[in-house]
Amino acid sequence: MMFAAGTAAIVVAMLLALVRAFLGPSLYDRVLAVNSFGTKTVLMIAVLGFLAGRPDFLDIALLYALINFIGIIAVLKFFRYGDLGRAGPKAAEEEIK
Amino acid sequence: MIQAALNIVGWVGLVGGGAFVIVGALGLVRLPDVYSRMHAAGITDTMGAWLMLVGMMAQSPDWLTAVKLFLIIVLIFFTSPTSTYALANAAYGGGVKPVGRDEEGASSNS
Amino acid sequence: MGHVISMGAALFATWLLLSGHFTGLLIGFGVASCLVVLVIARRMDVIDREAQPVHMTPRTCGYWVWLVKEIVLANIDVAKRIITPGLPIEPHLIRVKATQRDELGKVIYANSITLTPGTVTVDIDGEEFLVHALSQEAADDLATGEMDRRVTALEGEG
Repeated sequence: MMFAAGTAAIVVAMLLALVRAFLGPSLYDRVLAVNSFGTKTVLMIAVLGFLAGRPDFLDIALLYALINFIGIIAVLKFFRYGDLGRAGPKAAEEEIK
Repeated sequence: MIQAALNIVGWVGLVGGGAFVIVGALGLVRLPDVYSRMHAAGITDTMGAWLMLVGMMAQSPDWLTAVKLFLIIVLIFFTSPTSTYALANAAYGGGVKPVGRDEEGASSNS
Repeated sequence: MGHVISMGAALFATWLLLSGHFTGLLIGFGVASCLVVLVIARRMDVIDREAQPVHMTPRTCGYWVWLVKEIVLANIDVAKRIITPGLPIEPHLIRVKATQRDELGKVIYANSITLTPGTVTVDIDGEEFLVHALSQEAADDLATGEMDRRVTALEGEG
């Protein structure tokens, strides 16, 4: 019962995050909404595991947390530098010099 | 006795955490610009996630499950501020101006 | 050498907790994969006091307890502001001085600021952080410098 309540709360929050992702207006708003959506997905996977009586879902939740982090960093890096191969801000500055 | 206490922790964690998650998502929609929305996303990432995962820890059938839930908490604890900083820095570098008082007015105060 | 041992221990503990199997063969596989990771990390030269900050580990527990308390208080404050109909926020940027000696301390301080709802680190410029604060109270809280002092104390003498 308590897991159903948690699931319902997460679903509502996910819808709100989707509203922000659709409204934008800037790219960063959308990335923020997707990042927040990812955190809620991690919680959702964990709660669903308990709801279905199969806590082995947690391994997937852990992996999703990692992928969410790496994905956000990769998207931001891509939009900032235009490619994923650069080593960071210092390397970019050196290239300009 | 212990079971009743664990049930209370589970209820408080899942319902309270759910409330914080919804408030964070509400802030994501209501607040005026991308920087202030990050504070709202921070609520979901800290208090909402912690309470829900602690509530699930109290309900986990064996200690290994509880440890995995704790690992998720630790993971979110370290990755969430890093990605928020990356996003804030990217938005600032991308020229998004925050609404509200500007920087000069604030720095003369302090 | 101490850093290699602590990293190996951390890797193996993670492996054990995530696998949940305690038979001889599987633990053997775990040890082997941890050794491979250690060799690769050694070759990449990433095992140093920054990756394995054993010099500050004993002091982190007290800091984390304090930080969690601060985060809970800040959460309640920001949540109240969001659900109040008039939206009583006052977003602005402030500059905060960081007194930490090395980069690891600065990263801990910047991440602690970001983790606390109400304040987000936007830019790091040498000794100064540009911080976006949601309200005057959150900014004043940060300006007292207590968090800065605690992170600097975390760094210790070494």
